[in-house]
Amino acid sequence: MAANNFRHALFCAVVTLIISIPILGLNLEAKGINIILTGAKTSTYVAIVLAAVAVFVFQAYRDSIMGLLGKLPNFNPLADKEPMEQSKRVKLESWILTGIVVLALFWPFVVSRGSVDLATLVLIYVMLALGLNVVVGLAGLLDLGYVAFYAVGAYTFALLSQYTGISFWMALPIGALLAGLTGMILGFPVLRLRGDYLAIVTLGFGEIIRILLNNWTTLTGGPNGIGGIPEPTLFGMEFGRRVKEEGNTSFHETFGIAYSGEHKVIFLYLIALVLAVITALIIRRFMRMPVGRAWEALREDEIAARSLGLSRTAVKLSAFTIGAFFAGFAGTVFASKQGFISPESFVFLESAIILAIVVLGGMGSQLGVILAAIAVTILPELAREFSEYRMLIFGAAMVLMMVWRPQGLLPMRRIHITLNKQE
Amino acid sequence: MQDLLYFSQQLINGLTIGSAYALIAIGYTMVYGIIGMINFAHGEIYMIGAYTALIAITGLTALGLAWLPLILVVALLCAMLVSSSMGWAVERVAYRPVRGRHRLIPLISAIGMSIFLQNYVHLAQGSRNVGFPALIEGGFNFGSDGNFQMSLSYMQITIFVTTLICMTALSLFISRSRTGRACRAVSQDLGMASLLGIDTNRIISATFIIGAALAAVAGLLLGMYYGSIDPLFGFIAGLKAFTAAVLGGIGSIPGAMLGGLILGVAESMTSGYLSGEYKDVVSFGLLILILLFKPTGLLGKPEVEKI
Amino acid sequence: MLEVQNLSMRFGGLLAVDGVSLDVQEREIVSIIGPNGAGKTTVFNCMSGFYKPSGGKILFEGKEVQGTPDYKISRLGMVRTFQHVRLFTQMSVVENLLVAQHRHLNTNMLAGLLGTPDYKKREQKALDRAAYWLERVGLLDLANRDAGNLAYGQQRRLEIARCMVTEPKLLMLDEPAAGLNPAETKELNQLIVSLKEDYNVSVVLIEHDMSLVMDISDRINVINQGRPLASGTPEEIRQNDDVIKAYLGEA
Repeated sequence: MAANNFRHALFCAVVTLIISIPILGLNLEAKGINIILTGAKTSTYVAIVLAAVAVFVFQAYRDSIMGLLGKLPNFNPLADKEPMEQSKRVKLESWILTGIVVLALFWPFVVSRGSVDLATLVLIYVMLALGLNVVVGLAGLLDLGYVAFYAVGAYTFALLSQYTGISFWMALPIGALLAGLTGMILGFPVLRLRGDYLAIVTLGFGEIIRILLNNWTTLTGGPNGIGGIPEPTLFGMEFGRRVKEEGNTSFHETFGIAYSGEHKVIFLYLIALVLAVITALIIRRFMRMPVGRAWEALREDEIAARSLGLSRTAVKLSAFTIGAFFAGFAGTVFASKQGFISPESFVFLESAIILAIVVLGGMGSQLGVILAAIAVTILPELAREFSEYRMLIFGAAMVLMMVWRPQGLLPMRRIHITLNKQE
Repeated sequence: MQDLLYFSQQLINGLTIGSAYALIAIGYTMVYGIIGMINFAHGEIYMIGAYTALIAITGLTALGLAWLPLILVVALLCAMLVSSSMGWAVERVAYRPVRGRHRLIPLISAIGMSIFLQNYVHLAQGSRNVGFPALIEGGFNFGSDGNFQMSLSYMQITIFVTTLICMTALSLFISRSRTGRACRAVSQDLGMASLLGIDTNRIISATFIIGAALAAVAGLLLGMYYGSIDPLFGFIAGLKAFTAAVLGGIGSIPGAMLGGLILGVAESMTSGYLSGEYKDVVSFGLLILILLFKPTGLLGKPEVEKI
Repeated sequence: MLEVQNLSMRFGGLLAVDGVSLDVQEREIVSIIGPNGAGKTTVFNCMSGFYKPSGGKILFEGKEVQGTPDYKISRLGMVRTFQHVRLFTQMSVVENLLVAQHRHLNTNMLAGLLGTPDYKKREQKALDRAAYWLERVGLLDLANRDAGNLAYGQQRRLEIARCMVTEPKLLMLDEPAAGLNPAETKELNQLIVSLKEDYNVSVVLIEHDMSLVMDISDRINVINQGRPLASGTPEEIRQNDDVIKAYLGEA
């Protein structure tokens, strides 16, 4: 171990102590009107020291550790294999996706009500992530205010139902179209900005919309939100115990079965499932269309794309609008599922979670995004004690992904159009 | 007369907040100037500075120290030490490995870091806001007219003076010291500077450390000024400071100062004449407008797209 | 068909191009030559709409086009290549050519989503055109490879093919022979001449390779330090004293 290495390692260890002792080791506590300082548990101090030692050892023996890691047999069994042939890969992915959908169809009939509810939430996130994937993964535009369009969808339904008594099925396209329109209007002036500026501007838009929702009390109810948002109906059949709207019938009476609160939950789940599948299929289609190629071309080399006659604004705007459209879709479902919405559901953190899903899923890959949405939503529910650390882990995971595999866990392999040789 | 007094009061409040924004904005502008990335986690560094300062103040008071200037100076030094270390560590862990990749990759890494640090403090210190004792109380009252009393508090004066000292020190450091000269060289042309034997990694680290230290100063000052802090306290302030940096021309240090002051005044005028709720809307709106119409800011250099 | 009159371009205090004029007739190959940093690429950037010139006029088929946005310029039928090849490296070779036909496909999103027969027919036509040009530049066997994996000379040819599928009237080539070996340069030479002969395309060429320039140009414009130095046929340029001085002085 060279002296230089040793000094560096010592320095890193000391920095570790400096950044963890005050924040982790000394806790501020309010006692009456005074604030007092209490020490943390002994285990915390032990952990801090252990962390510092670990940093020291790693930094001091960095070269040999990295060397050893390099020599280890590769854990990833797929790493050495040739990439699968495209046609095979596409088939495999379609099979997996179909498998997931079939499983998802049977899911609600075998699990508890709470699980179905959670699964609905997962599906909403799948829709959001698939939509954001178009913007970030395919078109390469970092949108940090995506949640604003989700809010537009949700609030459109909530407000329309409050003032006009509109049904879910009417609100669904209206919410999505309005969200898409908002995306178009907001996107038009800003899409010529460079990538990182665009990210900050969209973040600004997201915050402005949230602040407006919070303060326009007469229309949106401010922080109190809007309640009493109706559930979807099935051909005019309601799922409540009693029929709320005249002319409607109730589901359990029509089919002569006993009322059960589960019907409604399952029905909502199935709607979300169908919508998520539709979202995935439409976006899949877009990816193979000229517009999908244009998104990628512009992401890869904007100058070349422009020189070939692609209008930067039009192409980016189409991605932005389509992304916003599906966020509006998801927002309407969300409003209907919750029955109540408030600005609290549309904070920046929500945008960050959706972005984390897209990033973890491998920007651009649909299967990856779907698996990531499932993982990110369900893991915190599985381990309650984990949920406290959820955002901490998300943050760390985003950093690690960027450092280690910016292409994501399941890197995107696009579906190439192949040219069959003409004889 | 009352109108004028009211206006002057808003101006004073705005300049106070604005000069603190300027301190945070330096961190954004220097990092952007050198490696061209938005250090999204900078607001969190500032928040950690505020927490450390509060912990130090509480601890020193509990130990029986009573002489206020000593408490403040020690707290400030602690905050600067912890924030700088954090700034250094963040660059090493999250930014250096992704340097030179596509523009969005460091940005996403920085967003991840920002979320991580927020929750790090949240888990250690709780999510509720904690009161920051008002150590510097009192002030000058003047120009009383009817119902309105204009005032300039000692706290505000402290903020002005401290900012002024920090900015002067920074300017001297950048223009006179070896490291400062190297900083300027690296921000002009990183590749060339490294060919000429400047250790660019060290300079980049130094930039993060300086930016973080100034953010910690702002953390202590604004913590005292607002009277309470919480783990989310850095996020909005960070965005504001970024706005200030862009407004002044990102990459330009005098620009950060100017941008901070303009933004502070714009905000306090909105609070004073419209509603406090909308002051964030105004600053974000301002950010959007600048980026759209003059992305180089007031004092920035124009950029030519290279083909 | 193209006329550049008294073009100037200023960046801050620097006058990069000053009073450059040139014209291109139909089915003509016109070259722009000059020492490094003479402002040749800046002229191209103005012509292709990436820069808005500070002064002067650019007329294409009689219409003023200076300051028209880049994507519209290429839709008018003026398409360029780049000094450093700019391909969509992660897309396949054939997809590079499909992207270039975006406006020919005249995409109606709904038709695409539904996969109407008309849409399918147009997609097929675009594929056919891509195949034709790949054959033409000798890349048909590599059609499904990632463009980034091609050899350098192949990338250059792909870039030209990508321009040609847009069916341009005027092709602007920025140092197409840079980095090519003599054999490849010769192939390129033939390709450019055939574009003119067989497809009625006019060509503006920036090039350092004098043998290529002298071989195929109908006329040559020399620029030095942003200013026009001489123009004429290859023969005239070869004997022009100013040109010789500028080149020898630099060498």
